[in-house]
Amino acid sequence: MTTLLNIQIEQIANIQIAAYIFASILFILSLSGLSSQETAKKGVIYGVIGMLIAISSAFLGGTINGIPFIIIAIVIASIIGIIVARKVEMTAMPQLIALLHSFVGLAAILVGFSSYFDTGAEIHDAAEKSIHLVEIFIGIFIGGITFTGSIIAWGKLTEKIGSKPFIFKGKDMLNIVLLLASIVLCVLFVGSEGMDGKLYLFIATAIALFFGVMMVMAIGGADMPVVISMLNSTSGWTASALGFMLGNNLLIITGALVGSSGAILSIIMCNAMNRSFFSVITGGFGLEVKTGKKIEGKVTSITAEEAIELLKDSQSVIIVPGYGMAVAKAQYPVFELVEKLRKKGKLVRFGIHPVAGRLPGHMNVLLAEANVPYDIVLEMDEINPDLPETDLVLVIGANDTVSPGAQDDPSSPIYGMPVIEAWKAAKVIVMKRSMAVGYAGVDNPLFYKDNTEMLYGDAKATLNKLVAGIE
Amino acid sequence: MKVGIPKELSQNELRVAATKQTVIRLKKQGFEVLVEKGCGVKAKVSDEDYAAVGAEIIMTASELYSKSDIILKVQPPTEQEVDLMKKGQVLLSFLYPAQNQELLKKLADAGINAIAMDAIPRISRAQKMDVLSSMANIAGYRAVIEAANFFGRFLNGQITAAGKVEPAKVLVIGAGVAGLAAIGTAKSLGAIVRAFDTRKETAEQIQSMGAQFITVEIDEDGSTSSGYSKQMSQAFIDAEMALFKKQAEEVDIIVTTAQIPGKEAPKLILDYHVKAMKPGSVIVDLAASTGGNCVFTKKDEVYTTENGVTIIGKIDTLPSQASFLYGNNLCHLLDDMGAGNFKIDMNDDIIKRAMVTFEGKINWPPEPLAVSAQAKTEVPKPTLEEETASKAKKVRKAVISNIITLAILGGLLFLLGGVAPSKFMGHITAFVLAVFVGWNVIWNVTHALHTPLMSVTNAISGIIIIGGLLQIQDEISDPRTIMAFVAILVATINIVGGFVVTYRMLNMFKK
Repeated sequence: MTTLLNIQIEQIANIQIAAYIFASILFILSLSGLSSQETAKKGVIYGVIGMLIAISSAFLGGTINGIPFIIIAIVIASIIGIIVARKVEMTAMPQLIALLHSFVGLAAILVGFSSYFDTGAEIHDAAEKSIHLVEIFIGIFIGGITFTGSIIAWGKLTEKIGSKPFIFKGKDMLNIVLLLASIVLCVLFVGSEGMDGKLYLFIATAIALFFGVMMVMAIGGADMPVVISMLNSTSGWTASALGFMLGNNLLIITGALVGSSGAILSIIMCNAMNRSFFSVITGGFGLEVKTGKKIEGKVTSITAEEAIELLKDSQSVIIVPGYGMAVAKAQYPVFELVEKLRKKGKLVRFGIHPVAGRLPGHMNVLLAEANVPYDIVLEMDEINPDLPETDLVLVIGANDTVSPGAQDDPSSPIYGMPVIEAWKAAKVIVMKRSMAVGYAGVDNPLFYKDNTEMLYGDAKATLNKLVAGIE
Repeated sequence: MKVGIPKELSQNELRVAATKQTVIRLKKQGFEVLVEKGCGVKAKVSDEDYAAVGAEIIMTASELYSKSDIILKVQPPTEQEVDLMKKGQVLLSFLYPAQNQELLKKLADAGINAIAMDAIPRISRAQKMDVLSSMANIAGYRAVIEAANFFGRFLNGQITAAGKVEPAKVLVIGAGVAGLAAIGTAKSLGAIVRAFDTRKETAEQIQSMGAQFITVEIDEDGSTSSGYSKQMSQAFIDAEMALFKKQAEEVDIIVTTAQIPGKEAPKLILDYHVKAMKPGSVIVDLAASTGGNCVFTKKDEVYTTENGVTIIGKIDTLPSQASFLYGNNLCHLLDDMGAGNFKIDMNDDIIKRAMVTFEGKINWPPEPLAVSAQAKTEVPKPTLEEETASKAKKVRKAVISNIITLAILGGLLFLLGGVAPSKFMGHITAFVLAVFVGWNVIWNVTHALHTPLMSVTNAISGIIIIGGLLQIQDEISDPRTIMAFVAILVATINIVGGFVVTYRMLNMFKK
């Protein structure tokens, strides 16, 4: 009788493993679906199915307790999730994503502690026990960094915290000391018997939480795309570490997928800003003394009426949006303008810099929200060769991403960063609230070019005027 | 600080260095203003006008020079005037330093700090003090007015009961400030205007004033970094002459403005051009003072050729208007030099170039300054071999670093395999393979979908819910239950929120 039961349990465990493998495959398909717009939706559906299979197969093992609590939690969370996801404005996507990252971190800390206090688990092998404790330690540590790091990132994006990098003397020293302390704590923790190590674990958690705060506080607003990608990555590694801790391959695989995805995004964002990942993480632009050359020349501005005339006279127009467009929520009037110009037979396209906005791909999402067809939204590398033949470039709330200083001023802090070469067009109109500098804190030589005209004012109000003026 | 305005000695000079309005400005800047009796008469400013705005009237030139710290003048000072000046005095005036070496030497010997207003560099910051531009603007306007005066017909086309009148055709040569002003004036009088310039960049400016840009077929650009044009090649000049010949037959009025700094004006309208023109046509030569662009031009004279073409070498300078603008230019310069806290800063880009004599030394010619919009710099391109060599080097480097990384990775895995239990090695296998799969899959994600990618990975990392599911207990009192409950809650928000928002975003992408 017992053997039969045993066989049955083994059988069920195997089915569970098979389900996990299937879910993993679905997750991989889900991510690869995002390689193009046509297959992207299918990708999301794969992801949903994978998740359903993964969760339901977790119950197969028959060891799940507290089912009523689970149902309550899932129902409440689903309602919250659906409401938030439907209500959120596309301009607020960076904040939402930062917040969701912090949830992963929080869940990891909680599960980690819970697993540590799990007295039921029987581990006899000493090596196995040590590894298990290290896994708990690492899982909680990465989770802690992800949690507070994401909270700070969220605070910076919602402007609850100033976006200026916060750096103090001896910060690097402090980080090194704390890191060494954490390693010592880890050794002590692994060496301790029973529940004796919990004090070490608490201290290490506090250090991890502190690390998360320090790391993101030191990063300036312009580097946000990198930070968000990096936290995306750590949230993945967190899940992976939990998988090791719980001996669950599905978590390991899924976490690794997410972790490498975030890592790649971080690399893409860093390349787009010509900065090394290390320099972004260890501190903002504030540390560098580079200020850029003083620029000789005159800034000329025009009125909306003159801008309308310029638009009417131009046959080819390229629009370069930046974070300013997101702030002014100007994506709808932008699209109206594009529609009107296209009806007049003009060639209108968008040029998107990889780090425009505060999230990788932020601009694309905003433009998509306003129904801009994605085949006229081009990447920097696609649009740059066309700029010399373009009549007019309309820069909406972008600054450093169109700065010629990145190419011809070696003293500029953004020197070497790939930029959209707006100045090569016959005429450039820069829509901006004022002459303030961009996030990199440097003056933009583009504004001083002879073929550049400034159009001051709130982007949305100005665009509405332009839309009204073009008949 | 006392600013003195002497009477201009030259008979033909009608302008004066300050008018009523500019005296008010000078007073506001904190200067005391002294004017020589009768200095503004030719520019229609009486002594009473000056006195009314607070200037002190000085009876003699010698008294004025001895009392003033700064002298404002229009024409370069004569020898007698230099003798009246005192050491350390600042002089602001037209000086034509390139042509007036003698004068510079005298000024330097006398210890005068002289600023040549005509040597103000043509950079954006100095536009407001650019006397050449402000005077050229007047000259360009006046050139067309003079031409219209001597031209016996309407400038604009009219269809009247008495018959149809053809509009006059005007050719403007040289599209500097004077040329552009002439284009604008002629255009507003209704003429058909064409303009020629060797500098390609002027085409846009010419068209913006409403004239047609005419050019030769040879591709040569006369732009220089100083903002003036350079001398062109012989082939270009031949083509240019042929073009002028054709135009001369057609047009009624020619306004020439071509001047090269420090040199005689180029001869552009030759014998046969004038002969080709219709009787009654007019040529206005704004380069008359530097020798003229037309071979027949006589300085300060109006002259009619045998075939009835009037050539004007003398332009009224609109003295009161010109004095006002010139005076304003001077005010702007003084403002730039600190106004009431007047100071000579020889490091300033403008001052160090315009201050032609300073503390007994001649400071001319100045170092060149590039003003042209885009100075081109050639980046030396690596040759093909260099490129392939550096590429090969890079590849080799990459291969070596790859081998090293793999070796380290392999070593670590072997070490780990030595100590870790088999269960752990199984997890590591899954982990490493998943990292590789993820790495290769994600690189294919299109840039535009990076935000949906992040939100979908957000949803997927909600898989952490399984950790909560495995940990939750039956008793609410158990702290593990509470921790796991919260974990499940936030993880579910992640899953549901992440998937829903991703789907919402993807719905927006339309072709």
